[in-house]
Amino acid sequence: MTDATTENAPYAFVRRETLDAQPAPISVAGPVAWIRNNLFPSPLNAILTLACIAFVIWATPGLVRFYLLDAVWTGTNREACLADQIGRPVGACWAYIADRIPYFVYGSYPVDQRWRVNIVFALFFIGVFWMLWDRAPLKKVGAFFVFVLLPITAYVLLLGGANAEAFLRNLIFLTLAFALLYMVLSFVPSLARLWTSEGQLALEHSLPPWQRFHRPKRLILFALVLFGIVAVLVESRGLPYVHTGLWGGMMVTFLVSAVGIVFSLPLGVLLALGRRSHLPAIQLLSVIFIEFVRGVPLITVLFMANTMLPLFVPNEYSPDRLLRPLIGVALFAAAYMAEVVRGGLQAIPKGQYEGAMSLGLGYGKMMRLIILPQALRIVIPGIVNTFIGLFKDSTLVMIVGIFDFLRTIEATLVDPTWATPTTRATGYAFAAIFYFLCCWGMSRYSIAVEKRLAAGQKR
Amino acid sequence: MSSTTTTEPAQTGKASLFYDPKIRGYVYQIALVALVAFLIWSAASNAIENLRAQKIASGFGFWNNAAGFDVNQKLIAFSASAGTYGQAFFVGLLNTLLVAAIGIVLATFLGFFVGVARLSSNWVVAKLAMIYVEVIRNIPLLLQLFFWYNAVLKPLPEPRNSIALPGAIFLNNRGLILPYPQFGDGFGVVVAAFLIGIVAAAVWFTWSRRQQAKTGKQYRNGLICTALILGLPLLVFLALGRPLGFELPQQGRFNLTGGLQIFPEFVALLIGLVTYTAGFIAEVVRAGIMAVSRGQSEAAHALGIRPGPTLKLVVIPQAMRVIIPPLTSNYLNLTKNSSLAVAIGYPDLVQVFMGTVLNQTGQAVEMVSVTMAVYLTISLVTSFFMNIYNKRMALVER
Repeated sequence: MTDATTENAPYAFVRRETLDAQPAPISVAGPVAWIRNNLFPSPLNAILTLACIAFVIWATPGLVRFYLLDAVWTGTNREACLADQIGRPVGACWAYIADRIPYFVYGSYPVDQRWRVNIVFALFFIGVFWMLWDRAPLKKVGAFFVFVLLPITAYVLLLGGANAEAFLRNLIFLTLAFALLYMVLSFVPSLARLWTSEGQLALEHSLPPWQRFHRPKRLILFALVLFGIVAVLVESRGLPYVHTGLWGGMMVTFLVSAVGIVFSLPLGVLLALGRRSHLPAIQLLSVIFIEFVRGVPLITVLFMANTMLPLFVPNEYSPDRLLRPLIGVALFAAAYMAEVVRGGLQAIPKGQYEGAMSLGLGYGKMMRLIILPQALRIVIPGIVNTFIGLFKDSTLVMIVGIFDFLRTIEATLVDPTWATPTTRATGYAFAAIFYFLCCWGMSRYSIAVEKRLAAGQKR
Repeated sequence: MSSTTTTEPAQTGKASLFYDPKIRGYVYQIALVALVAFLIWSAASNAIENLRAQKIASGFGFWNNAAGFDVNQKLIAFSASAGTYGQAFFVGLLNTLLVAAIGIVLATFLGFFVGVARLSSNWVVAKLAMIYVEVIRNIPLLLQLFFWYNAVLKPLPEPRNSIALPGAIFLNNRGLILPYPQFGDGFGVVVAAFLIGIVAAAVWFTWSRRQQAKTGKQYRNGLICTALILGLPLLVFLALGRPLGFELPQQGRFNLTGGLQIFPEFVALLIGLVTYTAGFIAEVVRAGIMAVSRGQSEAAHALGIRPGPTLKLVVIPQAMRVIIPPLTSNYLNLTKNSSLAVAIGYPDLVQVFMGTVLNQTGQAVEMVSVTMAVYLTISLVTSFFMNIYNKRMALVER
């Protein structure tokens, strides 16, 4: 029927198959259309675009010439960066950064002792990756490492002296005592009845002796290995005392931030739990602390730590000049961390609490096993953002006389060895790049975590 | 029946007292309060002991003592010979409030501008705004302040080679020198006219809105309010024979004389605070506008409302609800961050009171607690008012 109609129709040609789709016209797809839609959709926008492009064209070459093309990369003193000495216009004096980089990293820490700082740096970065990398194994061991072993090791290695060595010795004895205790417990598990629940004990009983209590044993072994390596190093290379007045540079910047996070996180969790507690006295004290600290600038807290802390303790225990701002920063960060953690606690549905209670878990176990693992997971981005703020705020310790990274830059700017017209611009650019890379990297990480958490929510 | 009688003794036994959550709660609270009280008591007794040993006076007797130092920027009369520590406190406090107030206004404008620019459909504008926000937010404020103060304002020429800008304005490394306004007799009347104009405009605005709600008749509010606020004082000003003159700065051989000097410390702190806070406000604004669903503006367009009124009547009122709480905390952050003034020598509260006065008297406890109390008061008062505003703006739910 259809065939007949087409054959009899008075048309010369009828297409029997569909044509392929034609490419979209150049005015709605492709780079030209993109430029038209995104850059010149209206006269006003066209003016704006041209103005912005003009600004970029005006600003970029000057910056590139100053910081790259005209820059001086090698040299040993200011002569290398003076225009009339080398006979050409001089941009950034990177030779000065290259020359002073050890000072920017270690401050005035004695040169022959800097291996100690390097070890602490290495341990610090291992700890950071262990905690931050999503798929790193043994997260609980990692947490133990970051929150317990790393601070102890850093304290012993960085400070040194007879006290630190004695402290390390006692620590090794203590760890050995724990090892011995668990060795005995492996064969006589029922001795652990005092601090282990019946169910756990029955479970341990069912295992062969060398597999019993593997969690604490793993931590003890790890601690023993770490302390042992440190002790061997100390034995072979000596551990003279390095006064905190000599500490400086990036080392102090990282130290302030690390102390801030290591102490503020547990303290912040306690404060957040206190703020959500049903016990009025605990709630009131937590609220007062949090709101008080969040209401005042960090600089006043640092001044307070610097001037009032020595008054509050007996004279013979007067805290070290570096310890005072560390305490201030840790308390300050704890209040902000508490609010972040509280946000996480509030986001946990009530059913989780009720479920935990109906299983017969007490408050401690409910928080430790059910609520906090979920709450802390969802506030990882918030914790990282608080940490970024803490990292930037760590520059404020220079106002109370601590040689952090920014202060070492300022200190070299008045040093006549590198006094040139462009030294200041170079030093500030270097500091800005350092802080930008650290903070920007952390914020990227926080965004990635946020995306991953959101992906878990999507169905 | 028998089972209930057998379980009864267990409930009233010794163990149940130990596990009673109520009693446990009391024990925890008493322990914590006792611990805090002990800490405070030991800190206080140590402080008294240490202060006595160092022979430092305590109490606020120093308040009326002569200060003996001068401050370059002061909004009230103060001098090294006649000023007291109490006056120094108010000099510092006013300087803090001045930089915070101007900073908040400017940061709001810049922040909204950048925040809207980041959402612009114009690719170049959006990318530039993004670069601004990322760079500013990821570099410590202190470094930015050093940059503005030491790298931008300090290298300006000496006073004798001042850069002359149009309008008898001079720029040199001692700051910005402006013509000093000299208020003649009757200028107070102009100010009064200005205030009356504001009140009248507010009354008119409320009345016209009510009238519009009742009858639907629209008035030209923008024009009338501008006329009331600006036109009225202008008329009075002209009628009184222009009671305002300017003392122009004179270029001398080595220095400029006369004029109103704005100190470089103030300028650096203001630029630093404004650009830094604007980066954060931009993100707040962007988040707020993105939180308003597209359907809202599409529906407004479908009703035939033009883009301008759509933004003003539909999008922004809903976005403000999301924007205001974080905006408040950014205002407070700006105020608190103004304490970084101490690093570049702007005489704010921290620099004058916690720095100079504390060094001279050594009374750390009094200085630190007074300074902290000031910031705490500012924070609490601001969040109180913002909470009221927030409540008015919040979504009214059934």
